[in-house]
Amino acid sequence: MAEHLKPRPLSPFVTIFRWPVTMATSIVHRATGVGLAGGLIVLVWWLVAASSGPDAYNLFLDLAETTIGQICLFGFTWALAYHAVNGIRHLAWDLGYGFDVRTADISGIAVFVLSVLIAIGVFAIAYAGYGGYYQ
Amino acid sequence: MSLETPLHKAQGLGPSHSGVGHFWKQRVTAVALIPLTIWLAISIIGLVGAPIAAVLSFLFNPVNAVLMAAFVLIALYHMVLGLQEVILDYVPHQGFRFFLMLVNYTFALALAAATIFALLRIVGT
Repeated sequence: MAEHLKPRPLSPFVTIFRWPVTMATSIVHRATGVGLAGGLIVLVWWLVAASSGPDAYNLFLDLAETTIGQICLFGFTWALAYHAVNGIRHLAWDLGYGFDVRTADISGIAVFVLSVLIAIGVFAIAYAGYGGYYQ
Repeated sequence: MSLETPLHKAQGLGPSHSGVGHFWKQRVTAVALIPLTIWLAISIIGLVGAPIAAVLSFLFNPVNAVLMAAFVLIALYHMVLGLQEVILDYVPHQGFRFFLMLVNYTFALALAAATIFALLRIVGT
């Protein structure tokens, strides 16, 4: 086979790279941002339902209390925690801090751990009955 | 030697012709959303399992109504800027890109209108 007919090297796609921490945090930041657009729909739905009266509000509560509803709400809670905490990391970068690879890796892992802890903490407070203090 | 004309340099808009406006607005809304998100979390946890009357009396308080409006409206602005970035990154087709940008703005304005309507209805009753 002539040299020029050998299979040519292909441009590498995202699946071929290992996932460095900074790449994962960046992709998840964007994904949670898009997901939180759905979270805003739910928040506005909650406000509109409350203003519309008990029927609309109870429908919202009934759906929120289903397993799928709780999974969605937990997802939004974690996404908001992640996007907020990683957003603070981005603002630190904007100010010029935390750019070296080791610091960026450590802060990235910290963001993942902290956001999961915040989301679990919020749900633990609610399920343990310490929520609802504005009643 | 710079190929940039003196006028272009003075305008400071760079090669994208839009300057740093998008970047700057995204950061300003991000900073504003930090305290508002903490307030929202405290508020929502405080209303877990609450009957509708508790939610209404919470939002009847003008401080809470204004903070809720601020959170939703600033978050929607932040969302428009972020989704715009995602659309411009991933949608190469000019027509579909324009369509999605219109959807982005329409969606945000509709949610903003619904939020203001809901809060005014609660405060006004």
